[in-house]
Amino acid sequence: MGSVRGKTSGSVMVVGAGIAGMQASLDLANSDYYVHLVDKLPTVGGMMARLDKTFPTNDCAM
Amino acid sequence: MISPKLVEVGRHLNVNIITNSEIKSVEGEPGNFTVTLVNHPRYIDPVKCTGCGECARHCPVTAVNSYNKGLDERRAAFIEYPQAVPLAFGIDADTCVGCGLCENMCVAKAIRYDDTERESTLTVGSVILASGSQGYDPSSLDYLGYGKFANVVTSEEFERILSASGPYRGHLCRPLDREEPKKIAWLQCVGSRDTNKCGNGYCSSVCCMYAVKEAMIAKEHAHCDLDCAIFNMDIRTFGKDYEKYYLRAKDKDGVRFIKSRVHTVTEVPETGDLIVRFVNEAGEILEETFSMVVLSVGLQVPETSKILAQQLGIELDKYNFALTDPFTPVSTSREGVYTCGVFQGPKDIPGSITEASAAACAAGSDLAAARGTDTKFIEMPDQQDVSAETPRIGVFVCNCGINIGGVVNVPAVTEYAAGLPYVVYTDHNLFTCSQDTQDKIKEKIIEYKLNRVVVASCSPKTHEQMFMETLEACGLNRYLFEMANIRNQNSWIHSKTPAIATQKAKDLVRMAVARSATLKQLKEKVISVNKQALVIGGGVAGMNAALGLGKQGFQVALLEKEAELGGFSRKLHHTIEGGDIRAYLNKLVSDVTSHDKIEVLTGARVVDFSGYKGNFTTDVMLGSNNEKRTIKHGIIIVATGGKEYTPKEYAYGQDPRVVTQVQLGDILEEKGAGDLSSVVMIQCVGSRNDENINCSRICCQNAVKNALIIKKQNPETNVFVLYRDIRTYGLMEDFYKEARNLGVIFIRFESENPPLVESSPDGMMVTIRDHILQRNLEIQADLVCLSAGMMAEDTTELCGIMKFNRNPEGYFIEAHVKLRPVDMPGDGIFLCGTAHGPKLITEAIAQAQAAASRATTFLSKSEIKLSAITAHVDTEHCVKCLTCVRSCPFNVPVFNTEKQVIEIDEAICHGCGICAGVCPRETIQLNYYENDQILCKIDALLAGGM
Repeated sequence: MGSVRGKTSGSVMVVGAGIAGMQASLDLANSDYYVHLVDKLPTVGGMMARLDKTFPTNDCAM
Repeated sequence: MISPKLVEVGRHLNVNIITNSEIKSVEGEPGNFTVTLVNHPRYIDPVKCTGCGECARHCPVTAVNSYNKGLDERRAAFIEYPQAVPLAFGIDADTCVGCGLCENMCVAKAIRYDDTERESTLTVGSVILASGSQGYDPSSLDYLGYGKFANVVTSEEFERILSASGPYRGHLCRPLDREEPKKIAWLQCVGSRDTNKCGNGYCSSVCCMYAVKEAMIAKEHAHCDLDCAIFNMDIRTFGKDYEKYYLRAKDKDGVRFIKSRVHTVTEVPETGDLIVRFVNEAGEILEETFSMVVLSVGLQVPETSKILAQQLGIELDKYNFALTDPFTPVSTSREGVYTCGVFQGPKDIPGSITEASAAACAAGSDLAAARGTDTKFIEMPDQQDVSAETPRIGVFVCNCGINIGGVVNVPAVTEYAAGLPYVVYTDHNLFTCSQDTQDKIKEKIIEYKLNRVVVASCSPKTHEQMFMETLEACGLNRYLFEMANIRNQNSWIHSKTPAIATQKAKDLVRMAVARSATLKQLKEKVISVNKQALVIGGGVAGMNAALGLGKQGFQVALLEKEAELGGFSRKLHHTIEGGDIRAYLNKLVSDVTSHDKIEVLTGARVVDFSGYKGNFTTDVMLGSNNEKRTIKHGIIIVATGGKEYTPKEYAYGQDPRVVTQVQLGDILEEKGAGDLSSVVMIQCVGSRNDENINCSRICCQNAVKNALIIKKQNPETNVFVLYRDIRTYGLMEDFYKEARNLGVIFIRFESENPPLVESSPDGMMVTIRDHILQRNLEIQADLVCLSAGMMAEDTTELCGIMKFNRNPEGYFIEAHVKLRPVDMPGDGIFLCGTAHGPKLITEAIAQAQAAASRATTFLSKSEIKLSAITAHVDTEHCVKCLTCVRSCPFNVPVFNTEKQVIEIDEAICHGCGICAGVCPRETIQLNYYENDQILCKIDALLAGGM
């Protein structure tokens, strides 16, 4: 991927695939940019995927 | 809540997930960076792995389960949790013994023992750092007994204990003896607000909320009347509506909140109970015994993020958070590199999501010229019309490795399916979801002229979209597809009774085949998107939102009701960090007014509104001569702002020596603090009371900010801050500490015992009950400053026209408090700034950029394809009883008085089916779920002789 032809690339790298990284990636990908989402763990989700319920709605975090 | 996002990033054509990888270097310049990644070995090929789990089931090695914070064990071949994305296992090389069992068992041939560390490169235009946080490790705080006493756990561990997928399957147990605790204590500020023992001087901003939540959930889980006590210095429930949850915990559910400092935690060896020794507000040393202690650990930047920052050459603050400016909250010190989430500073989930969108806005703005140059898209062939054909059904039964095949007799189910009506082709596959099976399904659709497809496998929730796309790829309408879930609803729950499971699989397949024969091809409505944006409100939030959109290349109409831009921030001078608001505002106004994509309309009033996402029309009256303008636009951003509460309390308005923080700001700016000898500030005026339950979020930092200015200008001035809880969350805690160091005196009072303010010729006299001294204090002041709360601007007229929902306090309601903090419930409408709730300038800027980013996801498309699953009315048989009008949660069905019919606009219908369910004459049908399409499944089930 990436642009070798022009100066500006249409791709973005997002480092960290927790809830913030995922949201940034989805916004960019849904706005016609290509996203490389990099995480050091084998799975995306980050800290939020390790919570039980969330404040203040008591919705299940997962 | 996070699962749908996991699935969405996992399936998105334009998100390339790279796991097990770290950044080695980022070279180049903004717009064109070359990134070198280190890809660590996973030992299982994530592309080939189908997530069946056979490797883990046969792995003989146990390892500590880090996902459950070490409270239980997993195998060396593992997946972190069942919903993981990518749904692929990995091998933990530190514990794997290389026995080869998993390699032998893996039917998908995905095991790669010879996998090695590699390097790869990417070319990108911008970088976003969202590397997050880790919980503080309290092992070194020996007075708390963590690691020494089994029943002292961290809040992160307690989350896993409460979770149904946790080590105790959601049963409330303590680790020592798996007994249910009777009394639990939460100790706040462990690893936060503590420069002595751990060096983290900041407030982590989330612990008060999660501790209250954990206490409430624990009470729900407990079989006894669980006693929960939260030991704290201040309770900082400063977010929108957070105070209500805290009050519910305190007043209704009996959670105890104890203002205290904890001295030590010791264990009663015989019982494993814990004695908490603490000092209360009156200075008394007390002890209380609990069955369990939870340490509310703070958020901390992990070591790996410090290394990341070094490699990227970005500056960190003294606590290792990414250094940012109050007016550019998501920009790091390196151009083209942005940050969001906890790496930017301690914050909660909605704050992180908001900032993530803001970072996306900033990162995208830099690359607007190259938008769409790297994205992929799939060309779909033209759809063939099969509506006149007799159904020709193909049934594909999945073994799911041995998940289904190990229980259900899959060949027998396949053979059974072949005998069902209209079925012309059947097959069974090892993994129906694999790429090669998709290709096979496509071949068979063409070869056998299939016009309906049934897959008997797992859940439509995760796989339906993918199979539907396979149909579309060979020109078949996506709605001619049906799934039978013979795994989650069958083989997994009847694993001990294979014969019955096989029978049930046949029943489920028979039902699915019956329904598929009734399916119709549906047309998805395509609507065009008007690329113009409308921003309502020309304050800091509205202007930033307009700029964010303008930089992305979209035309913006910015409405301001006053004659000039700026809003409430015109009354402010400096941020607590010292940022010059006036200078910033002047630059912002000039950037906005000179931007060729932004049209500023001042003196503007909305008078009419209609339309739906992508196609709105708003009529506006402009200026004093009421010139009318009609604006057509695709999205709306609401940024109507807020104002300072005008106090009725404490002789405000009667005595000129009683002022608000905003007025004090003006006084300090104009005259300085030279002639002030004593100033008393009173917190929570117009907040946290019966009229306005919520905390106004900004007033504590306002008081600290002005107190610091006074003390720095005139150290001789006595400054007293009378407060209930000091809520200087995040990095602002440092300023609170600085104020105390400079001699500002903070005195706490209870809401039922507020200070008394009296005017006298010699000055104001303030009387307050001091908790520590246990007596009344009288303070003479030449100025009493009220920390008046925030109020939303009056938007009654606007809401009457545009039909936006507000909460009882007048703030607009977001689509979801946690996950969609800047989206409004109506599609294409977004929200930012104080119109959403009280917030700091920095936060309003981030939220405005976030709203611009969310709006860009709409505006960057020329058209939107809507789901065909919508309701439609048979107007001929409808008796106009209006039950649908009353029942729709989205107010979609309307009675057209001219035509005398009920109308349901498919562009705004959510397809929930409620109207179809309640219609007494059954004249409303939901596409894809029509009555006969549901009832035929029941008929098919009963035909089996149940």
